[in-house]
Amino acid sequence: MSARVLAPFGARACEVVARRETGGYVVFTALDDGGPEPAPGQFYMLSTDGWGSDGGRPFLPRAFSVAAAEPAQGGVRLEFLLDAVGPGTALLAALGKGARLTLTGPLGRPFSDPDEVNRGAPGAILVGGGIGIAPIAILRRLLQARGVPARTLLGFRDEAHSGGLELFGSCQEVGLAFEDGHRGHQGYVTDLLQVALKGDGAAAAAVYACGPPAMLEAVRLICADRGARAELAMESPMACGYGACFGCAVPLSDGGYMRLCVDGPVVRANEIETALVAGAGHR
Amino acid sequence: MRLAIGSLELAHPVLNGSGTFDAIAARRAFGDALLEDFPFSAFVSKTITPEPRAGNPPPRLYETPSGMINSIGLPNKGLDGFLAADLPQLAELPVPLIVSVMATDRAGFERLVDGVSERDEVAAIELNVSCPNVKSGLIVGEQPAETLALVSALRERTQKPLVVKLTPNTADPAAVALAAEEGGADGVSLINTLRATALAPGTGDAWLGAGSGGLSGPAVRPVALEQVRRVAAEVSVAVIGMGGIETARDAAEFIALGADLVAVGTANFRDPAAGIRVRDGLRNSVVEGQSLDLNLRSN
Repeated sequence: MSARVLAPFGARACEVVARRETGGYVVFTALDDGGPEPAPGQFYMLSTDGWGSDGGRPFLPRAFSVAAAEPAQGGVRLEFLLDAVGPGTALLAALGKGARLTLTGPLGRPFSDPDEVNRGAPGAILVGGGIGIAPIAILRRLLQARGVPARTLLGFRDEAHSGGLELFGSCQEVGLAFEDGHRGHQGYVTDLLQVALKGDGAAAAAVYACGPPAMLEAVRLICADRGARAELAMESPMACGYGACFGCAVPLSDGGYMRLCVDGPVVRANEIETALVAGAGHR
Repeated sequence: MRLAIGSLELAHPVLNGSGTFDAIAARRAFGDALLEDFPFSAFVSKTITPEPRAGNPPPRLYETPSGMINSIGLPNKGLDGFLAADLPQLAELPVPLIVSVMATDRAGFERLVDGVSERDEVAAIELNVSCPNVKSGLIVGEQPAETLALVSALRERTQKPLVVKLTPNTADPAAVALAAEEGGADGVSLINTLRATALAPGTGDAWLGAGSGGLSGPAVRPVALEQVRRVAAEVSVAVIGMGGIETARDAAEFIALGADLVAVGTANFRDPAAGIRVRDGLRNSVVEGQSLDLNLRSN
């Protein structure tokens, strides 16, 4: 899973073959005819017909981690999880069956094997928050298929912001945290991570996380404190997704910046200075 | 319309704008498929400076109606890093290489031009003059006299074709273009981005980490067309027109107004293969015996 899957050159049209609403979010499925199967953690730049129709926005494609991928009909079925929070996500979230999606990808550096994150790691600890559970879902399925033990911790604000839980199957062996406490632990998913990293296990752990910047920063600090190795799937505003625009700068711990689109979106937690990247979450 | 910049002859009229396509990073994303049908007839590098630069703090981008503001800050490895790390990879591209250079003083420009001129892998040099001269405090590319002095001095140091990238942030771009031509440039490329800013939502604070940046995309195309028209009417050297080109029809408009060559910039961000679309659209109109006027009237 650690090898970067190359993208066909150029944006291509795909058909949306399914759409469902889930816990306040939308999951849609696109049939990428002839496209390669992405590696967990990779992302696609998405746009659709009508891009730019509302006062000239959205203009740039939007980056989304793939949440699930299944080979199908000489191509691959891709699932994306999204929340309509701005002009781009609003158009994408409204796409129904039969609609045309334009995508470029798969792009970026995927998650590494647990053994690469931390040699000898007995398994993986997966941490997802909110809409950021998407790459955790595809990673979990791959680890399960390989028989790698994966402990999964997911956190959500409330029921209305918990879409995509079904991507994790029966949710057995999944630790849940809700900020409103209506289900699972009342509080943050990082509380669950603190517990999971108690004792001597932290040094042997391989942690994988994706979620909002504040959650990722908490994961980064907890892992640094406990001596746990971690990979974070991050976001940063990007125009192109393939290294051309230099917009998605993330500060490195040893100075300078990386381009998140080609050197990420999956980064080692100790590579970066902070997960609180200015501009992340801009709509 | 000539498919050449000085002595550098090109296979078709479509280049990339400097800083809008990173062929090395694109090869990491797309593999060697990129080389099999490379979109551009020459590759224009991202601007290099004498010393390495980290670039501006984020946020570096802001989406606008039909465009975007960038404030990237010219991150690059510096001349030595470029020659050692990037040039060997760029030399593997199937097209000639044009290296974009920028410095804040004459000595810096001379060092850059000397450094890239002695490399056979470099076919031509583009001078990014949208920067202040630290001695005069003036933006070189906004001043005909500064431009003439700089280009004249650099012309003596290289046999390679020289292109001057013109800034649109000046009252009379044609006067600057004429100064570049008089100084010995083989071509002018325009437009660079328009100075622009944006506020963070709900605040009075600047959104961009560096405070302001440059606007590009279809939003600037009418400005670019007018500036290309004015410049092309004055100079006899090659004119490389750019500014919001997304389609062959857009490119044909620039050519109709006097551009010899065109460059695709921001459109590369939306579709890595935008250059192929523009190139093939122009090529098909030629193959079918249509004039570019016909292309202008079609959709």
